[in-house]
Amino acid sequence: MAREIGDVILKMEGISLSFGGVKALTNISFDVREHEIRSIIGPNGAGKSSMLNVINGVYHPQEGQVTFRGEVRRDMEPHKAAKQGIARTFQNIALFKGMSVIDNIMTGRNLKMKCNVFHHALHWGKARAEEIEHRKKVEEVIDFLEIQNIRKTPVGRLPYGLQKRVELGRALAAEPSMMLLDEPMAGMNVEEKQDMCRFILDVNDQFGTTIVLIEHDMGVVMDISDRVVVLDYGKKIGDGEPDEVKNNPDVIAAYLGTSH
Amino acid sequence: MSDPRGQAELNTFPRLLMQHAQQRPNRPAMREKEYGIWQTYSWAEVAQNVRAIACGLAELGFKRGDRLGIIGDNRPRLYWSVAACQCLGGIPVMMYQDAVAEEMAYVLQDAEIKFAVVEDQEQVDKMLEIREQCPLLEHVIYDDSRGMRHYADTFLLGLDELQSMGTAHDKSQPDFLDGEISKGGPDDVSVMLYTSGTTGKPKGVCQTHDAFIQSAKGGCQFDKLTENEDILSYLPMAWVGDHLFSYAQAMVSGFTINCPESGETVMTDLREIGPTYYFAPPRVFENLLTTVLIRMEDASWFKRKIFAFAMDVAKRCGAEILDGKPVSTSDRFQYWLSNLLILGPLKNVLGFSRIRVAYTAGAAIGPDLFRFYRSIGINLKQLYGQTETCAYVCLQPDGQIKLDSVGKPAPGVEVKLAENGEILVKGPMLLKAYYKRPDATAESINEDGYFLTGDAGFFDEDGHLKIIDRAKDVGKLNGGSIFAPNYIENKLKFFQHVKEAVAFGNERDYVTAFINIDLEAVGNYVERRGLAYSGYTDLAAQPMVLQLIKECVEEINAQLAADPMMADSQIKRFLILHKELDADDGELTRTRKVRRKFVSERYAVLIDALYSGKSEQHIETDVKYEDGRQGKVSADLKIEEAKTFAPQAAKTAA
Repeated sequence: MAREIGDVILKMEGISLSFGGVKALTNISFDVREHEIRSIIGPNGAGKSSMLNVINGVYHPQEGQVTFRGEVRRDMEPHKAAKQGIARTFQNIALFKGMSVIDNIMTGRNLKMKCNVFHHALHWGKARAEEIEHRKKVEEVIDFLEIQNIRKTPVGRLPYGLQKRVELGRALAAEPSMMLLDEPMAGMNVEEKQDMCRFILDVNDQFGTTIVLIEHDMGVVMDISDRVVVLDYGKKIGDGEPDEVKNNPDVIAAYLGTSH
Repeated sequence: MSDPRGQAELNTFPRLLMQHAQQRPNRPAMREKEYGIWQTYSWAEVAQNVRAIACGLAELGFKRGDRLGIIGDNRPRLYWSVAACQCLGGIPVMMYQDAVAEEMAYVLQDAEIKFAVVEDQEQVDKMLEIREQCPLLEHVIYDDSRGMRHYADTFLLGLDELQSMGTAHDKSQPDFLDGEISKGGPDDVSVMLYTSGTTGKPKGVCQTHDAFIQSAKGGCQFDKLTENEDILSYLPMAWVGDHLFSYAQAMVSGFTINCPESGETVMTDLREIGPTYYFAPPRVFENLLTTVLIRMEDASWFKRKIFAFAMDVAKRCGAEILDGKPVSTSDRFQYWLSNLLILGPLKNVLGFSRIRVAYTAGAAIGPDLFRFYRSIGINLKQLYGQTETCAYVCLQPDGQIKLDSVGKPAPGVEVKLAENGEILVKGPMLLKAYYKRPDATAESINEDGYFLTGDAGFFDEDGHLKIIDRAKDVGKLNGGSIFAPNYIENKLKFFQHVKEAVAFGNERDYVTAFINIDLEAVGNYVERRGLAYSGYTDLAAQPMVLQLIKECVEEINAQLAADPMMADSQIKRFLILHKELDADDGELTRTRKVRRKFVSERYAVLIDALYSGKSEQHIETDVKYEDGRQGKVSADLKIEEAKTFAPQAAKTAA
């Protein structure tokens, strides 16, 4: 492998998050290194999505601190996270159903557009050149994800697996340094999962993008991750390389249940 | 040679290419869609690239007579590699890109290939997989470098690097390549195409420059093709048709080849390019029509009404107008109106607005399907040929289209029939030899120089050739008349409810048939009539389905009765098989052709029942499931009698 895992770029320390009386996350710490594929796993309601939401600033934890590329922060706004190069996809697909694949992916370029709204509205001057440049980038993403044939199809008409791929495309279009993928393979058949795995590995390999991934399919997680964090009822019960985690008795208990 | 000097020189593909680069340097030679935009390469650019690839190959050590393996989708750089190889006096060998590694290993070994140009990582992986088995293979050159970053093997080289090597070589020794081109002659082998191998191992068919150039010239004259044509090249490069239509004819007349973006985008690309010259096997035309009809069913009632009106008009007079036959003024007006409202826009959606000539071949095309395209004003024609004849034997002339013939012998081709009805052909397009197989060559070309096609057919009263079957499958009924199983089976298969059929009758008193129903079409049919069924076996045994198929068989019988040669081949008794014929069970070949002998042995008990007058027969069959498990299917099959017609009576009825 050409990519080399670098230093820690994201550090979560003592994160606790609660909604009223419900404790979603309790005192969780882990880190993410540059260029690695880091998975967060755990049974339903373990707090995995909450964790992602903390990372990109949708939720603000009551305790603990997040350090991203040396910058310590507690309150983060999603748009700032995006500006710092963090892109994400969602568990329940958040695309614009009536818009074409190209337009959806183009929205991922939004932050990179520099011309003002009037230039864009008139499609005039610099805006033209800018649009061409962004479109080129979008086409590269389309080529990368092999979705040329659905370029102009409205997203709502696509099967689920392809919608997931388009969502990945939109995240990629922002040229992020870190991608948060919330269950990218949920509800897919084996073949679709294989495709998605390949794309995730290719993204990581070709662009060096750091990937934080939530996934339920243990086979997939163990195959593609460099390191895995295991959550259960908002607590961290395991952390380490896939083999290590697989043999952790707490993890086995959380997944298979124990006799009480 | 009696040719004027200028003509005689253009007798190889590299010379043709260099000629185009000089005469029409700025005309588009190829287009390829990249990042969603069509990129155009002019003839001058193509020639430049071909030179670079050729010199690069020479630098790697490619020698005259070496074979160059070429594997991938229709990409410009792969076509250039074909030309580059020919410049060096080498022989390009195209392989089917979707073949598995094992099948490629066979061709690589058989053709003793040392150099291969492949499209992408997928093909590179196959080459690496079979490297051990093919010790001769020295260099694999890849077109698309995506995903190739981690491949450090020195056995691999990017086409980009090869081209820059070649460009430098061409600069330092500018005379080298011209020298190589001038060494080539028209009788050199220009390409090796492998037969599909339905009968035994694939054989490499060696074709000369002259054979393909003559065939291409003949075709271009026949259909008046000019440098202004646009063709979409989307069928496998390893297939003789693509080599003739896309490569040879473009080289001869200088028209434009358009390469689709990917296999899945062909429909969109077709519409964007709007080719003027088009080839597709029947199933493509069928799929297009189905898509149209399905979408029409979802349209509003008003749209459906005008669609139905336009189709009526087209059916009545469309084909006649296309053929230039006399048609009443009122019909002409209605056709004009239909064309304005429906047919024109429809053709536009299909990407057929600019088509002047379209061909289909490879399998029998259903008469309704064929008529549909002709009636909406697309000049769809049939042709006949095989790999050994550069796909160039018979063509349908404009204005003389018959649904069930393949047309007249093409310019320069001589066709005659052997005593057993086998079609024999002779002409400049014949193969030079099968590679390393003098025995096979001797078997297929007789002492008078005729190629034995293995097909049986006859000429009708207007001199059009009708193909009925493979010669070896044609038998005789006990009554003495000929029995052509394929002919009957194809007729049955034109019904949407029949998926597969096997006819029996050789050395029997009458004809019988096994039928496979089309699960989807028949399932749909019974569901609409409120009948529930649990699977194929159950569906096949429903009385309603038996009745449906019986009607189909009787319709065929009426048609057969009208044909004096075939009147005795009417199907007397038939049954619907309890399982689908399947390649996994060895009943079909991988290309979905019935393995007649195997089927008749496996189901001998059913054949006996068909000829013994029983009305029911129990059968138990082993089947292999997709996951490799074995199982059994058993059923009691009903045997049906179908109505047959006396030859005379049918004529008035039909």
